[in-house]
Amino acid sequence: MIRRRTAVPVLLASTALLLAACGGDAEPEASELDPSADLSQQSLTVSNWEGYMPEDLPDRFAQDVGPEVTVTNHATNEEIVAKLTASEDSGIDVAFVSGQFAQALAEQGLLEPINPDLVPNLKNLYPEATELPYDPGNEISVPYAWGTTGLCYRTDLVGFEPTSWNDLLNPVDELVGKTTMLQTERWLMLPAQKALGFSVNTTDEDEMAQVQDQLVSTKPTLLAFDDTTFYSRLVSGEASLVQAWDGWCNYGIAEDDRITFTVPEEGSDLWVDTMVILKSSKNKEAAHAFVNYILDPEIHTWVVENILYKVPNEAAMGAVDPALVEQFPTLGITPTELLEQEALVDLGDAAPLYTQVATEVAASG
Amino acid sequence: MTASPSPPDVRAASRQVGRRGSALLLAPGLAYLLVFLVVPLSLVLVYAFFERGRFGGVVPTFTLDNFGRLLEPTFLRVLGESVLYAGLATVVALLLGYPTAYAISQLPPRWRTVALVAVVLPFWTNFLIRTYAWIVLLNREGLLNSALRQLGVTDEPVSLLYTPGAVVVGLVYAYLPLMVLPIYASVERLDRELLEAAANLGAGPARRFVSITLPLTLPGVIAGSIFVFVPSLGNFVVPELLGGGKTILIGNLIRDQFLKARDWPFGAAMAFSIVLLLVLLLLVQARVTRRYRTVPDE
Repeated sequence: MIRRRTAVPVLLASTALLLAACGGDAEPEASELDPSADLSQQSLTVSNWEGYMPEDLPDRFAQDVGPEVTVTNHATNEEIVAKLTASEDSGIDVAFVSGQFAQALAEQGLLEPINPDLVPNLKNLYPEATELPYDPGNEISVPYAWGTTGLCYRTDLVGFEPTSWNDLLNPVDELVGKTTMLQTERWLMLPAQKALGFSVNTTDEDEMAQVQDQLVSTKPTLLAFDDTTFYSRLVSGEASLVQAWDGWCNYGIAEDDRITFTVPEEGSDLWVDTMVILKSSKNKEAAHAFVNYILDPEIHTWVVENILYKVPNEAAMGAVDPALVEQFPTLGITPTELLEQEALVDLGDAAPLYTQVATEVAASG
Repeated sequence: MTASPSPPDVRAASRQVGRRGSALLLAPGLAYLLVFLVVPLSLVLVYAFFERGRFGGVVPTFTLDNFGRLLEPTFLRVLGESVLYAGLATVVALLLGYPTAYAISQLPPRWRTVALVAVVLPFWTNFLIRTYAWIVLLNREGLLNSALRQLGVTDEPVSLLYTPGAVVVGLVYAYLPLMVLPIYASVERLDRELLEAAANLGAGPARRFVSITLPLTLPGVIAGSIFVFVPSLGNFVVPELLGGGKTILIGNLIRDQFLKARDWPFGAAMAFSIVLLLVLLLLVQARVTRRYRTVPDE
């Protein structure tokens, strides 16, 4: 226990620290960039999900382009956003975040606009990948991978072809206790939102109340909420039908070809993971060079072949072995089909509504 | 040694050196507590009075709303359930830990050390890995289920994982050593002559346990219970991994405010209220322990 005499200065000191941390305001304009900057004098810190890019990428980049790259990992979007917003300069130059989070970071003025002159490989992107709702024109982010969410299931354990989100939300008796749902808020809401005919970006309280009722009644039928191991549960037979991101379902398919993926008829989301450059970066030229390097078909194809995610890079997708697409049909989903799904955008002030619903669902039962 | 100081001076001098010495010895620990406990806790308290920043963080506008929201039914229910789960884990840990500690104290000294090392041994492995091991044990296709099937106890796999029971098992397993060690310490200090005297006066084993052993080891029981209860209340990994995310404890709720809801002030208010609750608990513990310490002197 501290005495009051010490408590007051400590409190004051903490407050001062805090106010100092809150004080900065950001400028939206682009920085002056020097296209002929000596990149070998710059170094980069890149934060990405673990295993989301080639392990030898830093070495190859250093060899081909010059700058040293340090890679740090984050487990979730929320974690990297917390890191980037906690201080004026997080020390991170390039971060991989989902589109709606890139949008939120940009609105806070934390992102450096992408200078297309320094990223000539942008020409490799599909035309569809330049008009994404969270960042039309790719002004503050460059798409890295994209996909959708659907049902991943064992054809031998599910006696029918699931076509609707209701097959997951209101399962037949045989599937009770054999299904899992994603736990991350936006995807937790998605099946109920689509089944009820709402937008995945709805901020309407009545609609969200209906979503909550549906999820509360679904919860007792679930084996678990699971964001990371659902595909291995299908492989072990512990689960029969799970809500899954298309790329992750492929990890199950790779181990057991009785597993398959479908997008329910009510529609689903379009998620995009992007690369962003931080305004606080002191190595912006190198950061642009890094983003450009990733868009090189040879590098970007690695993502498809090793992570089994689709990339919005026409040249890279064209280089993928057709046999792989045959084995993993989700890789064959075209950009046009993908864009028929509803893109996730940041909820802004409605974010607490989603958290509240998620909390009510978690605390229910 | 002609001018040796008189005895009282020596004592005063040594006392002064001792004071300065103990201040020096205390300094690193106090500095550590100040930097890593007092400052962060003060920040938590300050944040709790601010408004939520749209993208996380706080807006430095004074408000009491965050504390008002602590009265919302969802929070109270999660808090109630957390106390229930942590309490249940504590009771189970006590029922398992007390006999274990007692048995260890009856062993020959060399085996006591071996047994104590065995109790602490799990701590040498990462907590997450140990918790994942329970998933392997408990899942429908897991070791326990296949054992049950082979023994013919069941035909269908039993759902053991992702149940409230699995959460309690996980919590008990995680913190059991923290129950055994303080109880062992107090059982070991127990004055055997008191028990012999009681036996000579005709008290049976049950009477001896209830009237002598239990009251004298109560400080250890209370310390152990606190050591299990407090971290159980804040644990958010076990409910997620073994509860399948279907049960949430107050720790999950607080973490979610920071990492998901971007509602730092509310998270801070919750965290601070839990800290207060636990401080109250520790005060009660100190009280009770002091009372029982005085028993043998009376």
